[in-house]
Amino acid sequence: MSVPLTLLGLLEREPSHGYDLKRDYDAFFGRGKPLPFGQVYSTLSRLARDGKVVISDVAPGSGPDRKRYVITDVGATEVEQWLTQPVDPEPHLQTVLFAKVVLALMLDRPAAEYLDTQRSAHLHRMRELTEIKRAGNLVDALLADHGLYHLEADLRWIEMTGARLDALRKEVRP
Amino acid sequence: MSVVLEARDVTFSFGQTPALRGASVAVEAGEILAVMGPSGSGKSTLLHCLAGILVPSSGEVLFDGARVDAMPETQRSSLRRDRFGFVFQFGQLVPELTAVENVALPLLLSGVHRKQALPRAGAWFARLGLDGLEQRRSGELSGGQAQRVALARGLVAEPQVLFADEPTGALDSLTGEHVMDLLVSAAREQGTTVILVTHEARIAAYADREVMVRDGRVNAPDRIAS
Repeated sequence: MSVPLTLLGLLEREPSHGYDLKRDYDAFFGRGKPLPFGQVYSTLSRLARDGKVVISDVAPGSGPDRKRYVITDVGATEVEQWLTQPVDPEPHLQTVLFAKVVLALMLDRPAAEYLDTQRSAHLHRMRELTEIKRAGNLVDALLADHGLYHLEADLRWIEMTGARLDALRKEVRP
Repeated sequence: MSVVLEARDVTFSFGQTPALRGASVAVEAGEILAVMGPSGSGKSTLLHCLAGILVPSSGEVLFDGARVDAMPETQRSSLRRDRFGFVFQFGQLVPELTAVENVALPLLLSGVHRKQALPRAGAWFARLGLDGLEQRRSGELSGGQAQRVALARGLVAEPQVLFADEPTGALDSLTGEHVMDLLVSAAREQGTTVILVTHEARIAAYADREVMVRDGRVNAPDRIAS
């Protein structure tokens, strides 16, 4: 899971404080692994340093100042590119694909189109592996099969997710 | 490469239920195209319209530039017999005939004499690893063997286009992949265009490209450069 890009995506939805970002991240993407506060603030500092977010205002209080972060055009462009580009088809992608779909729905982006693009990238890789399998020996075939079965699992998830987008949208955009 | 078969804005309904709602797809000569989509999406109906089995309610189907949808049934029947080949999910071999007679069937129906047709059909048995099974009937063949016989029957008349509707749907993974391997090799050798309907990604991966049918429409993803 790309924490910086996911936080950027959450900021594109609306400007937020670090605390709110952590709460939403944990609720939608944490899945039992909450993001440490330290990582939230260090990530936001790096994003600010790189010009992807700016601090809009600071609310003083008895504790640490509450900074409100706003995504910049540079940050929004990065989120857009991340969402529209397919992930390299390799095994164990579920967390990245999952984050993309949920964020796309939150941001009212065309999640179905992103899934189609990802499906196409997966099938392209599967064609390459199938060619390796057909042209190679049994050892090549076994290796190719391992990749093919994992990619096929991703594709099944893509199909199921595609069929559930309307219901998912209601859950992440109440 | 030139387009050999094309559907343009095709619609088709089963009674009041629309199955195709403006489906368009073009297939190049010699191409192996996978038509994918969930159950009930219209992919088999699209295949049947492309093959001239069903006549669309509207839109056009063109084969070699000729309007298939405007042809009378006799002409479409000749087209299916002489230019097209078919492989279906369950083989659909004629149980009363031997395996070699099943393979020879398209030749016999085209008027080829039995003396020429049977040896031509028999040559496919070695090619598809079916040696010695020529005289068996369909009930005496395993699923994989029967499907290879069906594949030989689909290709024996050297059709320009082979329509394969879930050709491995009734087979286990290993047998299914063996059948696909043979199908692709044979089609490439003959230069046969293949329309392959499947919902399995591993089977679609044998094709040159895929299109998705969803809600009766075709969604063709941009080609990704090799």
